[in-house]
Formats: sequence, structure tokens, C-alpha cells
Amino acid sequence: MTNQQLVTMANQIGAFFKSYPDQTQANKDIGMHLNRYWALAMRQQIVQYVKDSAGAGLELNVIDAIKGHVKL
Amino acid sequence: MDDIKYTVPSDRSRTSFDDQTDYGTPAVQSNKLITLSIDGRNVTVPDGTSIMRASIIAGITVPKLCATDSLEPFGSCRLCVVEIEGRRGYPASCTTPVAEGLKVHTQTSKLADIRRGTMELYISDHPLDCLTCATNGDCELQDMAGAVGLREVRYGYEGENHLKAEKDESNPYFTFDPSKCIVCSRCVRACEEMQGTFALTISGRGFESKVASGIENFMDSECVSCGACVQACPTATLIEKTVIDAGLPEHSVTTTCAYCGVGCSFNAEMKGEEVIRMTPNKNGGANHGHSCVKGRFAWGYATHQDRITTPMIRKSIHDAWQVVGWDEAINYAAIEIKRIQAKYGKDAAGGITSSRCTNEEVYVTQKLVRAVFGTNNVDTCARVCHSPTGYGLKQTIGESAGTQTFDSVMQSDVIMIIGANPTDGHPVFASQMKRRLREGAKLIIADPRAIDLVSSPHVQADYHLKLRPGTNVALISALAHVLVTEGLVKEDYVKERCEWDSFLVWRDFVAQPKNSPEALSSELGVPAEELRAAARLFATGGNAAIYYGLGVTEHSQGSTMVMGIANLAMATGNVGREGVGINPLRGQNNVQGSCDMGSMPHEFPGYRHVSDNDARAEFESAWGRPLSAEPGLRIPNMLSLATEGGFKALYCVGEDIAQSDPDTQHVTHALESMECVIVQDLFLNETAMYAHVFFPGASFLEKSGTFTNAERRISPVRRVMTPKNGNGEAGMEDWEITAKLSTALGYPMHYTHAADILDEIAALTPSFKGVSFKKLDELGSVQWPCDDENPAGTPTMHIDEFVRGKGKFFITEYIPTTEKVTKKYPLILTTGRILSQYNVGAQTRRTENTSWHAEDTVEIHPHDAEERGVVDGDWIGITSRAGETVLRAKLSERVQPGVIYTTFHHPESGANVITTDNSDWATNCPEFKVTAVQVTKVTQLSDWQKNYQEFSDEQISFAENLESAS
Ligand code: SF4
Ligand code: SF4
Ligand code: SF4
Ligand code: FES
Repeated sequence: MTNQQLVTMANQIGAFFKSYPDQTQANKDIGMHLNRYWALAMRQQIVQYVKDSAGAGLELNVIDAIKGHVKL
Repeated sequence: MDDIKYTVPSDRSRTSFDDQTDYGTPAVQSNKLITLSIDGRNVTVPDGTSIMRASIIAGITVPKLCATDSLEPFGSCRLCVVEIEGRRGYPASCTTPVAEGLKVHTQTSKLADIRRGTMELYISDHPLDCLTCATNGDCELQDMAGAVGLREVRYGYEGENHLKAEKDESNPYFTFDPSKCIVCSRCVRACEEMQGTFALTISGRGFESKVASGIENFMDSECVSCGACVQACPTATLIEKTVIDAGLPEHSVTTTCAYCGVGCSFNAEMKGEEVIRMTPNKNGGANHGHSCVKGRFAWGYATHQDRITTPMIRKSIHDAWQVVGWDEAINYAAIEIKRIQAKYGKDAAGGITSSRCTNEEVYVTQKLVRAVFGTNNVDTCARVCHSPTGYGLKQTIGESAGTQTFDSVMQSDVIMIIGANPTDGHPVFASQMKRRLREGAKLIIADPRAIDLVSSPHVQADYHLKLRPGTNVALISALAHVLVTEGLVKEDYVKERCEWDSFLVWRDFVAQPKNSPEALSSELGVPAEELRAAARLFATGGNAAIYYGLGVTEHSQGSTMVMGIANLAMATGNVGREGVGINPLRGQNNVQGSCDMGSMPHEFPGYRHVSDNDARAEFESAWGRPLSAEPGLRIPNMLSLATEGGFKALYCVGEDIAQSDPDTQHVTHALESMECVIVQDLFLNETAMYAHVFFPGASFLEKSGTFTNAERRISPVRRVMTPKNGNGEAGMEDWEITAKLSTALGYPMHYTHAADILDEIAALTPSFKGVSFKKLDELGSVQWPCDDENPAGTPTMHIDEFVRGKGKFFITEYIPTTEKVTKKYPLILTTGRILSQYNVGAQTRRTENTSWHAEDTVEIHPHDAEERGVVDGDWIGITSRAGETVLRAKLSERVQPGVIYTTFHHPESGANVITTDNSDWATNCPEFKVTAVQVTKVTQLSDWQKNYQEFSDEQISFAENLESAS
């Protein structure tokens, strides 16, 4: 999958959780969603992407979620 | 699990639950019981029952012609007259209700005279060609003539009669021969009461009276060819053409329709191994004796000449196919899979199952992928239709399935349909829904397009919220806003049954002014007042039920919308009893089942996540192989990875991703990039054109198994003929092919019958614990959860508490799709389906159903057409960001200005050439319902279509003259 595709998909997930008042919990939920539904290779790729490009194109809450809560 | 091994019942035709008696009038529900005496026998029945029904229950047959228990009594033939002590005259038993203590006589000499006289009149205007009549032996008129002892007909045939009346052969499946009509009006009533189409009338009076179907003939009338009138006709007037051609069937086997998610039960009426007709089973839990044109008539594809019955292999997709034996094909596939996995890694292989497969087939396929391929890369076509339902309902209420039984609609007071078109997609259920609507239930429809239910005979929607495509979530928020701000929430229910904190967060969110109908009205294109009124009706109108379809799920916010629907139902206390609920209308027959069976990459059977250690341990010990705890790739992920060279081998069972998935060019490019594509199907479908191995499948008539319909009803599919996919060798049911492939990969699967597989499923899946073929033989069908607590299944779920424990509310922020209209792409294309065709059309296109739908057309509003100089019937080019195709225009005010609509039943239409790879945020379900496009008048096919035609012709030639190749 291209980084662009993953970035779009991750941002879509982030957008769903954006309206929650408790953003700490919301970030955990984003991370959990990625852990539960994304194949390992996709998670590795997005984590690498965040490292390499400082998460260009990703929303801030998504970057936080990926950094803090994605399991590899 | 059952300790008794399943064996095919010796009498294959009838099982114990299966009572085919015609009781003359419908059953009546009443707690009050009435006892009366009929011919000296005491019988006790519910109050309101007819004397006729009571007699038949007591084992006493009353002659009848115009009555049948699928229809309300009519009292026109007067053959069923009886005498009642203390009452005068000879009342018709079909229209006379029972009363306490009545003494009824059904056989007296006076009654015999009346009946003979009546029959004589009937017969005097009826041809006496019984011996050569198609229903000879299956004709109620004939039976009655015998029963009443008719011996002579005093009125000659010289006078005026109807014997020369002309036949109407216009319908491809049945004939109407008016010379045999006795004007009992069963057909007219069937069309009204069962089907709800009102296509037939009795025109004229007295001798002149005759059955009429609209203006000219059946084909030109409103008739939708459901077959209800044919089923109801007591004579040979309305009869299946196959019976005229082949004679009456000699045995019958109960099985389940393989088309849509209604899951109708049918009797396959057979002559040896040949199907003569499929008739709806009156004991069918989902259909109660009704059917639609697909299940009833469109089964001829099973013997269509296009069907491929030989295993085939080839090195490259540019080579001709080589016919081989089963062993060679299976070994070739196994060697390729091993080679590819050795070279590119385990995860370079995967499988796709289909909602057209039986539960057992899906189960063995996902088992093969997980246990033998050693990866969780298995997905199903539900990915592209109802995956958001699975996700959204699991999150909110805890179970990925509809909450109700179909019959529940008969208790509904308000019906809300969102993004579904039941009369076309789920016709038999739509008939039931229409019955309830004629009884007075209120109807709210949210759909960009005016579906038939908006206005049809005796049905009129109270509100049609004609929202713009892609704005569902704004709609649900606006409706919720009204509930919350106008005090319409059932707080007691919410307090008792839901997570109160989640409710508060949701309540505060939807109460924000930005979610008010006024604020969202212009985005939605629906007046605020209408939104408010609809919300009030929904909250205060009594039992309110929501039915929804792909118009909800196939959006970038599909999962959000499903959760929004659940929020609405919970907030108004509309889950957990009859008449209410959240009802996803599943497209294909086994969408529910294929999801239940663990065909999603992140879930084992029974919706247990692969990372759940307990569940995984259970499957590991049962299967004897280590299993991965990592979710696998979804279909779109597999395809993207294939394009990049990381995914190389695909086992695709019964699914046609090259036609049904979005952005066709992306899909075909991905398929071209793979080294081994194995397709198992009846036909050389679009995906098979990119395949290296072809396993010919067996049709639903050739195999055993189970399907699970939209109401979680598990119904048996029974083998009525030998699989035709042998080419000299023995044919195989599809699960056998998968099991053989598994064996060739070093993991033998020891099943002898689909029943063994179901037993394994039951042993490993709590909600299926009590399911077995034996139980299905006994009960006909069963709705899961079926376990020790609910041995006969569970029609209504979440009764005392949600499966999740407490229901959970989710915030549903409306996020407009990125698929926006622009100057370049100013219109929105949305897609749907029609009654006579099914999904990608592989089956229905190979039947006479093409009489109704020979090609896909584009509906365009006259205003948009005029701007572009397009008139009805013009070829128009439709261009999107993904591609271009050309279809014929159909001017229609069903769509609103700015929106065009098409179906995707024909591959050459290339409807998915233009759909984009946008998808649902949670599940990657493609956004089929919204594509920004431009439309122009053109004179020739698109480049894609021309290339498609060439490629397709070439591929078909590769599969022709196969005999010579072998
Ligand atoms: S086939 Fe169905 S729709 Fe057509 S006339 Fe008969 S009952 Fe009515
Ligand atoms: S067509 Fe058949 S069902 Fe209809 S009125 Fe005639 S005999 Fe009765
Ligand atoms: S297609 Fe659906 S509604 Fe029609 S007969 Fe089959 S299951 Fe029933
Ligand atoms: S069956 Fe009762 S009147 Fe015809």
C-alpha cells in the first residue's frame, strides 16, 4: 500500500474520534482500532512513515495515537 | 453437539415440521378457544377461525375452490357450503367463523346436491381435456369434480363459452390460459394480499367476468412475476411453462433460495435429477409461501451452456486454458501456493470467500487460509457491502447482526427505511412490509431516489427525506438533535440498559446547534420542518423499526451511520422486543452467514478477534495448527499490495471481485500482478479471466449446506442432483474441492458430508452450539443464537439486556466525503439494484430474467439531461476521477437534479470503472454510493469498454473448444 493510502485511511479514523471530549482516551481508541484491524505490515509501514517524515499529512491526533498506542 | 450422526433422511421429500396441508383459510391468533362439533367430532380452535379450517384440523375435508390458506376467504365458489344446526340456509364454511357449541354438518344429501350443481356449472364452461392438460393430477377443479361425484354435465358446449379464449404467453416463465379459468379470483387476491402489486383484476361481471392483467398482457402490466398467482391458481389457467413442457414433478425436496438475504424456503420439485419447478414452501420461516421472480423462476443458470464443468489450468493469463483432471488441477494449485509462499513469504497468499457460499464452504475456506496458508489474509465480499454493519453493531449493541425476525414488522407502527430498496433488493420481505403498511403502519423513507415504496398501490410514504447522497450522518444527527432537544428520549430505558456516560457524551454532542435540522437542512437538501416531523413520528408513533441497506453502509462514513442508527434506536427504546429494532437488509443470501463463519481477516468464526488468546487457543487445539494473532489483509489491502508486488497468490471462492469491487482498473491490474489466481465458480466470471487455475463449482442444487439470512435464520440447502462439475470424474461439492486442496497442501480435512462441518462449527462457536442438520430437519430452520438456553433459536435479540451488556452510544460527527462535486465533475453518481437481476448478474443474466433488464441504464433527471442535450435512450459517457464508461440514458424524475443512478448487473457496463477507491473509515467498505462524475453525450463506447470487449472475447475463446484441448 502506498504511504498516501495509509495516511488517508489513518486520518479518516482519526476524524471519527476527533469530536470526543476526552482526547487522551480518543487517542488510545485510534491506536486500538489500528491494532485490531490493520495487518501488521500496514502498521509497520505507518509507524516507519511517522518516523521518516515526521508524519507529514497526518493529523496531529493521529500522529500521537500512532506514536503512543500502535503495537508492533 | 448431537451424538446421533447425521444421515440424509430416508424420505428426502418431507420432514416432520413440514405440513403441506391446505387448511383453506389462514391461521388466526387468539387466546380465546372455541369448541364446536363438526360431523360429530369435537374440535377446539382459536376464536375467529373459519369453520372450514376447523374442519380440516379435525381431519374432515370440505370441498373448496376459491379458498386457500394463504389468502383471506372470499366466499365465491359456494362449494364449501355446510349446514349448521339451528341456523338457516347453507353458509360457506370458509367465510363463517366458528362459535361455541355449534353443530356443523359437512356432508348431507342437500349439500351434495348444491355442490354437484355448482360443479356442473363450472365444468360446463371448462374444456374437458383433462387427460392432456398440464396439471392433470394436480388440479383442484378435477379433484372437486371427483369429490362431489359429478357424473354428467347437462348444459351442452354449443352455447356461448370461453373455450376459445386466447392464451397469454408473454411471461417467459408461466402461461395464462383463460379458457381454463373458473374466475375464483385466487390469483387476484394473491397478487394483492401476498405480493402487494395489485396487477390483476377481475373485469366485467357475470359471464363476461375474466381475469385481466393491465392493458395487454402480463409482460406489459405491473406484474413482477413473483409467481404468487400461479401458486394460488387451482386450475391449469396459470401454470409454469416448465410443467407444460416436462409434466408434473414426482418428488420434492425442501431447500433454500440462493439469491438474496431474505432466504426463502423452496420445494425443489423434481423429476429424477431434473428440476421441474421451484415452489415457495408455505412453512418457510422467512417467506411463508411467498417468492420472487429470482428464486421462483430464475434457476435455469444451473444448467446453462456457459457453465464450466471442467477443471482448467494455464501458466499465463494470455494462454488458452488447458483442461485437466481434478487431481492435476488441485496439485498444480497446491504446488503454486507452496512455491509462492516459499519465495515471497506466508503473507503473500490469501483467500476470498463469497456471500454466495454456504456456511460450510466459508468455514473450510477460512480454515484453509488460517491453518494451512498460515495467515489471516482471508476476507469476504461482505467487505464491499455490509462490513460497516458488522463493525457498527458490534460496537454499539454487541452483536454483528440484525436484532429482529422478519415477522416482527407485523408489530411495527412506524417503519423507517434508510438507503434500502426492499421491493427490488428483498422482494419477499417487502411484500410483508407492504402488508403491514396497508394495515396502517407509518412510513419514513430516507433515500436520494424515489424508490417504489415511496408511492405504490395502497402504500404512501408519510415522509420521503430526499437527502443528497453522502449526507447520511448529517441526517441521523439532525434526527437525534430533535429527540434530545424536544425531550423525546426514553431516559428510563437508556438509564436501565445503556452506558449512561456514553449517552451523556452523545446527548451533549447532538444537542449542539450545528446538528440541528435547521443548520443541516441545506447540506441535506431536506427542509428542517420535515426532519423534525419525521423525528417526532419516529419517537412517538409506537413501535418504531429501522430497516437499512447498502445506501447506509457503502459510504466513507458507513460505520458511523450504522452506529448513528443504533444510537437512535437505543435512545427511543426501540430494541429488545417485537416490532422494533435495527434491521440491516443483507444483499446476498449468505452475507450474514459468511461473516458469522469467520471470513473477516480479524475474526474467527463467531466474531472473536484473532488476538483473543482464549479463542485462538481453542481453534489451535481443534485444528492442530498454530494460528496467527495478527489481523490479516482486507480485500482492498490485498489488491494494493498485489500491485506493489507483495501479494502473489489468491484463492477466490464464488466471488467476482473484478466486477463487484470498486475501481475495476485497479482490481484487474492487481490481479494481473499475481502469479497464481485460483477461481472457483460456476462460470468463467470476470475474475476468472485473470486466473491461472479454474475449479468448476457446484450450484446450490448440487450441494448440501446451510445459508444464514438477514434475520440470522440458518436454513438448509439440500442437494437435489449430482454435482455437474466432474467432466467424466465424480463431481464435487465446493467444500470438497477446498478440502482436497487442503489435503494437497499437507493438511487433510476429514469430512464426509457438510453436516460434519456444521458439527465442527457448532462445537467451536458458542452462538451455533445447538445447530445441526438434524435440528434443521426437525425445525425447518433456526435463528442463532441457538444454544442450551435457546435450543430452538432466538428470533428477537437483546430482550433483557444487550449482548454487549450495556448499549453504548457513539458520537457521529458528520464529515463530508472527499468525493466532492466540482466544476469538472458536477454530478453525483449513485448505484443500486433491480428486482430481476442479482448482484453481478452472473446467474440472472443467464436466465429469462433478461426479459426485464437486458442492459444497465443510467437514470438522469430531465433537467440535467436537457442541459447536456441528452434525450431518452442516448448513449452517454460518464467520467469520474477513476475512469470512464458509456451507458444508455433513461430520463427519470426518480432521481433529483444533480444525481444520476445506475445498476451494475452487466460487466460490460463497467459501472465500477468509474467508482473510486474511497472507503469507509473503519472497514474499508467502498464508497459505491457517491462518485462525482460528468456526463456527456457520446456516439461510441469508452476506451475501457472497447478494451474490455476485446479482452473478454479473447478470454472466452481461451475457454472454448475445450474438448479438443483435452
Ligand atoms: S406473478 Fe405476482 S405480480 Fe404478477 S400477476 Fe401474479 S401475483 Fe401479481
Ligand atoms: S386464473 Fe386461476 S386463480 Fe385466477 S381466477 Fe382463474 S382459475 Fe382462479
Ligand atoms: S431472491 Fe430473495 S426474495 Fe426472491 S425468492 Fe430468493 S430469497 Fe426469496
Ligand atoms: S371455498 Fe368457500 S366459497 Fe369457495
